[in-house]
Amino acid sequence: MSSAFLQYLFSGLTIGSIYALAGLGFSIIYNASHVINFAQGEFIMIGAMATVSLTGLGLPLAAAIALAVAATVLVGAAVARFAIMPARGASPVTLIIITIGTSVFLRGAAQVLWGKGYHALPSFSGDTPFVVMGATLLPQSLWVLGTTLAVIAGLGWFFGRTLYGKAMLATSCNRLAAQLVGIRVSGVLLAAFALAALLGAVGGIVMTPITFTSSEAGIMLGLKGFSAAVLGGLGNGAGAILGGLIVGVAEAMSAGYLSSAYKEATAFAIILFVLLFMPRGLLGQPGSERV
Amino acid sequence: MTGKRRLERHSGEAVLALVLLALPLLLPNAYAYDIAVNAGFNAMVCVGLNLLIGYAGQISLGHAAFFGLGAYASGILTTRYGWPPLAALVCGAAGVGLLSWLLARPVLRLRGHFLAMATLGIGIIISIALNTESWLTGGSDGLMVGDFSVLGRTLSGDRAWYAVVAVLLLVTVSMSRNLIDSPVGRALRALHGSEVAAEVAGIDTARCKVLVFVLSAVLASIVGSLFVHYAGMITPARAGFMRSIELVTMVVFGGMASTYGAVIGAAILTALPQLLTAFEDYETMIFGAIMVGTMIFMPRGLLVTLAGCRWLPRRPAP
Repeated sequence: MSSAFLQYLFSGLTIGSIYALAGLGFSIIYNASHVINFAQGEFIMIGAMATVSLTGLGLPLAAAIALAVAATVLVGAAVARFAIMPARGASPVTLIIITIGTSVFLRGAAQVLWGKGYHALPSFSGDTPFVVMGATLLPQSLWVLGTTLAVIAGLGWFFGRTLYGKAMLATSCNRLAAQLVGIRVSGVLLAAFALAALLGAVGGIVMTPITFTSSEAGIMLGLKGFSAAVLGGLGNGAGAILGGLIVGVAEAMSAGYLSSAYKEATAFAIILFVLLFMPRGLLGQPGSERV
Repeated sequence: MTGKRRLERHSGEAVLALVLLALPLLLPNAYAYDIAVNAGFNAMVCVGLNLLIGYAGQISLGHAAFFGLGAYASGILTTRYGWPPLAALVCGAAGVGLLSWLLARPVLRLRGHFLAMATLGIGIIISIALNTESWLTGGSDGLMVGDFSVLGRTLSGDRAWYAVVAVLLLVTVSMSRNLIDSPVGRALRALHGSEVAAEVAGIDTARCKVLVFVLSAVLASIVGSLFVHYAGMITPARAGFMRSIELVTMVVFGGMASTYGAVIGAAILTALPQLLTAFEDYETMIFGAIMVGTMIFMPRGLLVTLAGCRWLPRRPAP
């Protein structure tokens, strides 16, 4: 294995982790409400930008991260409460426009609050890279991968072992039946958005020391997260993680071996291919459409 | 078509013609003319997009790319290869027609979120290509383009452009209304209600969707070709994702499934940023709030809500 290949693999897995977290956010919301949340990328941006501005105010990094994640979760819940709930039962086209409008609104608010410039965070534990078989690995990449693994483990515990998690799963399986056994499905919608916002914020924060962030950063990250979710099979958690890693690695490889200018197009080429030739994704359930 | 409906139909076009004739009296300066001409360009694209979104119920989040392809085809062919503008416009429209036809069949099999994502992906790939192939397109700096001229006569000046755009808008609206009242228009509305039911009734739904997709893409391309000569330049941002979103917002704000709604939506949302220059920083926020607010409080759009559905054909209840 050449060191260049390994290098692209490392950077692909790192950025792919963020797509995986965003893709998980899409899947959780899709399962809870059949809404595709085009504002998912803005959660990533808000988490990162809030951390940057809170550390700028002199807060220690850990406190800034905790506050920024909490703020993003609040934003997520507010999106569910004020944009999605009032439009319950609307057609997919309407819901798409609502979530896109929400993302435009959040981006506009971020521009007003934080301006349009690029911002960075210091690495969590130094910038001395490890050398692995001729390829360099930044300590921050380990933070990204470790955090992603921890978050995935946390989600597994939440959905597998807690009453709230099981209530959310039940709602995604059958909304009416869940309601009949006493689950508050509006609460589930709120929780899904809050959880998706948390995943986005965490991903955005750990990534910022490597990629920088700006109020515009959310658009592409969100869309690539959606590519990840569709590639893995929309609504399938493991699929979203796998899809995110594949999109990230494919992007890094095409930047390295083909053309860095068309790097951004990779995720969209993948999504077109998946949509046209394997619309259920890698791990999606076969199903039929009801008339 | 009964006599009464014919009258109703043409009364709408007559009102639009009167408004377009009277508007120059209210336009104080070149700046106002500029806004009006831009609103006219947007309105034409939106009338076409409305056929797709409002009538056929198929969303496209990549229409700015077709506008951009038309604009770049005209720009590149006239400046780099010395083509006459009209020939470049036709060539661009034919190219976009072919491309959208090739894309339409596989893409329009998708529905809802998936269709949105596929059209969005196509749009973004096209805008990345326009940005990257700078040897041809001038890259992110854009491309400077000369005036539009045909048969030795050059189109220049705000008033001349206003007149041309006003006439073209009337023609576009009239053609759109014709299409809606034709068998194809009824087929589109039927497949919006239920694709399966439409197929059972003997409608070739795939053919109808492809037709309206290609039509709206070609219209966007022609408008793009004209726009590039009017504005004198084009940048890849004009073909980008945000532009596509703006176009969709204009359609839904004015009113889905209403040709005049699309015109009014385009006019208001083109003029609004100019009127709100004092709030320039908040422009993006306001735009987002309009999108969300329209969908929640008046999901059928401004015109239909204001009119209380009085003179517009009601959509049958699903």
